[in-house]
Amino acid sequence: MKKFGGKAIFLDRNDINTDEIIPAKYLTEITKNNLREHLLEDLLLDGRNFNAREEMAEAQVVVTRQNFGCGSSREHAVWAFEVNNIEVIIADSFARIFRQNMFNCGILAIELDKKDIERLFNLSGDVEITIDLDNQLISARVNGADQEAVQCDFEINPFDRDLVSVGGWLAYAAKKY
Amino acid sequence: MGKTIAEKIFAAHLRDTPAPDTMILDLDVVMCHEITTPIAIMDLMDKGMDAVFDNTKIKAVIDHVTPAKDSKTAMQGKIMRDWAKRHNIRDFFDIGANGVCHALFPEKGFVRPGYTVIMGDSHTCTHGAFGAFAAGVGTTDLEVGIYKGVCSFRKPETFRITINGQLSKGVSAKDVILAIIKKITVNGGTDKVIEFVGPVVDAFNMSERMTLCNMAVEAGATSGICMPDRVTAEYLWPFIQDNYTTVDDAIAEFAKWHTDEDASFVEQLTIDVSNLVPQTTIRYKPDQVVDIESLPETTVDQVYIGSCTNGRIEDLRDAAKILQGRQLAQGVRGIVTPATPQIYNMALEEGIIKVFMDAGFCVLNPTCGACLGMSSGVLAEGEVCASTTNRNFNGRMGKGGMVHLMSPLSAAAAAVTGRITDPRNLLED
Ligand code: SF4
Repeated sequence: MKKFGGKAIFLDRNDINTDEIIPAKYLTEITKNNLREHLLEDLLLDGRNFNAREEMAEAQVVVTRQNFGCGSSREHAVWAFEVNNIEVIIADSFARIFRQNMFNCGILAIELDKKDIERLFNLSGDVEITIDLDNQLISARVNGADQEAVQCDFEINPFDRDLVSVGGWLAYAAKKY
Repeated sequence: MGKTIAEKIFAAHLRDTPAPDTMILDLDVVMCHEITTPIAIMDLMDKGMDAVFDNTKIKAVIDHVTPAKDSKTAMQGKIMRDWAKRHNIRDFFDIGANGVCHALFPEKGFVRPGYTVIMGDSHTCTHGAFGAFAAGVGTTDLEVGIYKGVCSFRKPETFRITINGQLSKGVSAKDVILAIIKKITVNGGTDKVIEFVGPVVDAFNMSERMTLCNMAVEAGATSGICMPDRVTAEYLWPFIQDNYTTVDDAIAEFAKWHTDEDASFVEQLTIDVSNLVPQTTIRYKPDQVVDIESLPETTVDQVYIGSCTNGRIEDLRDAAKILQGRQLAQGVRGIVTPATPQIYNMALEEGIIKVFMDAGFCVLNPTCGACLGMSSGVLAEGEVCASTTNRNFNGRMGKGGMVHLMSPLSAAAAAVTGRITDPRNLLED
């Protein structure tokens, strides 16, 4: 199975919606790659404009709060992360369609307990997160240390896991139904 | 143990249970529009899967940006047209016959009680007004829906909202749903089906029920749903009259879907709307809602009346009640888009289009237009719009613009005063 993990970025806000992840004006793009530069272009964090191009450049994992990906059903929001090499989003909770779109693309939307999310948000420095899908374990290391600063379990629905292992819902459904 | 309407629909459409709480359902209707479908079509073609599971169950429309505004939107339309032709999709609505999907498809009688419906559009929940399970999905789900006619869902949990009381004059279904979203918040309905019941819902017509269900997704819900009854049967009668001898027969048959008395709910809420006053959103989340009368003076640059939430004939009639004999306030731009050609025609015949034009409104063809900030009324940075649509997200109608969601009555009141205004002050007794 594909390996998941990498440098983390923290988006400290509830209810980040898919219009903020990728504004509607880019929905006319026919290729996913054209979405790359516009990821989180309209995001407001703490009332400031978030400089997505700079701040997201190195990230492979997003850690965020409640109801991530609410609003429009556009899968473009998931693709905008995917083409920026972000294949793991860890949140307190997700909006249904966004979560389903992530697994449908064969990538991970992981829900953690509030207190575990808080532990991740409390880390300071460069945070690297690895996902052990077989053992359902998340480990976070800070500033290149060998020792993990936070380790916690997560739950994944067996169906979602199967989607990740076959590379998404289309591949799964084409074979099974 | 009894079942909810959603549980009954799931049971009747269950194809597979790949995990304990995951259900694969057979689909009755797969709806398509030109923003999310072309990319699905292209991907299916790429993978050698360019087929449709049943061309009579696929309904397609070009509605979001129509007429095309540039080469890219023109190409999206072309991909849809070619595909509809290739697969002989008869229910395809192109320019001249097109309108906002969630207003057009109900009008054609495509959704029936007990149906399963998906579309690559989050406001698909609107069709729950007919007692169907209707959910918005992403492109991959849409692809599988088109190709295989199935979709996966988690087991439905039901949040029952009972609406009691009597609405006072000047207060409408939009105010009710805004007040509900305020109360349960933007994720109060996540992973749940919201069932709307009670005397207020019973008395609502289909248009009002659609307004309620339309915004269920603004509370995160998978679908909104109403019990199919006489109102539903009478609305659908032209399409179902060959299947039943009388309307009463249809009503009796629809009743089999109703939630059982001993069904269980994950959550329940009862509200009384007798004292409800006109509502509007403030800021960027649909649960940031206040009474219009308590809002400090807020001037508007644009008023937008239309969309799948409030672009139906009943909505235009409401707005016209206020606009009749009045003018847009100085410096305010008014835009109205009747949601379908049929609505446009009715509005013409009833003299409503003239009321809008006399007031100084620009009348657009049926389209989603500015609702999603792609065309036909996009806001400039710093501009404010009073809108009958369903989303006030940052940037939704144009980068740096502010959208205040409200009823058609309230939007029309803002149009003539130039600031967000309680419409009750402008309605005749
Ligand atoms: S009117 Fe607005 S909310 Fe409704 S389908 Fe069109 S873009 Fe979406």
